[in-house]
Amino acid sequence: MATRTQSLEAPADLQHKPTSLWRDALGRLVKNRLAVVGGIIVVILVFLAVFGPFLTPWNYAAQDLKSVAANHNAPVPPLKFGHLFGTDNLGHDLFSRLLDGTRISMTVALVVQVVVLFIGIPIGAAAGWFGGRIDNLLMRFTDVVYAFPDLLFVILLSVSLKDTWFGNAMDGLLLVFVAIGVVAWVTMARIVRGQILSLKETEYVEAARAIGVSDFKIVTRHMLPNAIGPVIVAVTLGIPAAILTEAVLGFLGIGANPPRASWGTLINTGSQWMSSTPHLLVFPALAIAIALLSFTFLGDGLRDALDPKLRGKQ
Amino acid sequence: MTAYIIRRVLWLIPVLFIVSVITFALMHAAPGGPWQREKPLPPANVALLNEKYGLNDPMPVQYLRWAGNLVTGDLGPSYKYLGRDVNDMVADGWTITLQLGVMAFVLAVLLGIPLGVIAALRQNGAPDYAATAVSVIGIAIPSFVLSYLLVLVFASGMHWFPTGGWKGPNTWVMPTVALAAFPIAAIARYTRASMLEVTRRDYVRTAQSKGLKERTIVVIHMIRNALIPVVTILGPIFAGLVTGSFIIEKIFYIPGIGRFYIDAISQRDYGVLMAMTMLYAAVVAIMNLVVDIGYAWIDPRIRYN
Repeated sequence: MATRTQSLEAPADLQHKPTSLWRDALGRLVKNRLAVVGGIIVVILVFLAVFGPFLTPWNYAAQDLKSVAANHNAPVPPLKFGHLFGTDNLGHDLFSRLLDGTRISMTVALVVQVVVLFIGIPIGAAAGWFGGRIDNLLMRFTDVVYAFPDLLFVILLSVSLKDTWFGNAMDGLLLVFVAIGVVAWVTMARIVRGQILSLKETEYVEAARAIGVSDFKIVTRHMLPNAIGPVIVAVTLGIPAAILTEAVLGFLGIGANPPRASWGTLINTGSQWMSSTPHLLVFPALAIAIALLSFTFLGDGLRDALDPKLRGKQ
Repeated sequence: MTAYIIRRVLWLIPVLFIVSVITFALMHAAPGGPWQREKPLPPANVALLNEKYGLNDPMPVQYLRWAGNLVTGDLGPSYKYLGRDVNDMVADGWTITLQLGVMAFVLAVLLGIPLGVIAALRQNGAPDYAATAVSVIGIAIPSFVLSYLLVLVFASGMHWFPTGGWKGPNTWVMPTVALAAFPIAAIARYTRASMLEVTRRDYVRTAQSKGLKERTIVVIHMIRNALIPVVTILGPIFAGLVTGSFIIEKIFYIPGIGRFYIDAISQRDYGVLMAMTMLYAAVVAIMNLVVDIGYAWIDPRIRYN
């Protein structure tokens, strides 16, 4: 906004070192308290997912039937018989199972987004850059995917392939990744396509073309780095969506294979015991809530930091 | 505009066709068949049933038969509830599912938009924090968890509402609230962001400098413009409510069509599954279409091409 004369009259402004987009964005991000808290919790969740098994004396699959018997065959309440969050009716230590659930959720969060990036970016970039038939094909394909209710398609895929070798690979998690990823990459492709389309008209791209830089290099070196902001935001906001979808699959009993239990599976178990031992429902519900909120806050913060125009708060 | 609408409507046909082919192929590629029961049926009976329902025919023949029936409005038989037509099952449950979806949608719009507007106008004040709290709950607690929490507190605890069923308004309250929580949050967040965006526009400053009453500025200049982007998410939200109520229907024992869906997939009830997928896909596709057309109608800056 400032005109040249104004900045010359205000040399104090010019004493600032020029800041890169990233430094600038980071500065805005750390000022957003919710985003910082979200980010810290995300780091903690990742730590728990990696080191979970070392933090608890119980294995997630182990059954402490003695304690359940000592408790009149009812789920053990929290802080009894050495179970931090108690056990379910089969003697599974809830804390250990929550930790394993954290591992499942974080893996889903990571792998699905990697799938989305590896499929979505190349296809979106190709569609945006070449246009024409490739672009048409992508957009028509998008129409079909968007007409399928997301969750129902994921469920359809999961259930119909459940009993195959593919459905049982990696404790059933491979199928979960693929089912969620297949739906999710389309949005990423559309975002990248839109970015490339708008960057195509910029002067620096034209300049690069004029001096004979190859198509591949223009897209990867000049355009994608400039399109990365919306991509990062889509990834961070795609994570809570993937976590939620995985929880629904677990809740319906079509997620990870037993004895592994995702947060959704734990909520399903908890719901059957909620009137007598509500902790079986409350702890997994809290785990999901914390994960969803921290990723959402971090994603919102990143969006505001990377694109000040979209910013809600001043 | 008419040409645009006609083209978009015609485009629905290939989209739904592809959706049906994918669903059909996935379903039949999956191992198992519709005759698996807890007590296995004798192989002779299975052979007879396969013969009767034409399941021995090649896949394309089966698909064409299904598609041919669909065109005449016949959704075919259910393979699980033998002797029942899918048409009847859909007819029984559809109005209930639709009613639940519409009620949740109305609740979400009536609460979400005012919450977003107030939050933006009183930015960082008490109403803003209240609105934020509501959105936080909507984001953090998935509908199936919220359902159980509602049952735990208001049904088992306080006995205000029954735990399930679909008999009159007091059975409608908890499922509607559980289903609407997320859309309320989504609409409120979206409206708030959109309002804040509009606040900084030149025409609002102009209106302020003309000395218009704040009320006039907010109602005439801000809300109307701020709602344009909000409209675009209402279509997908409505479609999501209608197609996403199956978990709620299961939890609250609501006799809609959603509760059939999961069972239909796991029990390979091809007829029910195909019918519901097509119905849901049609709802989603039509809502997307309505939004695109409505958007262009509200915002004259958008051109059809």
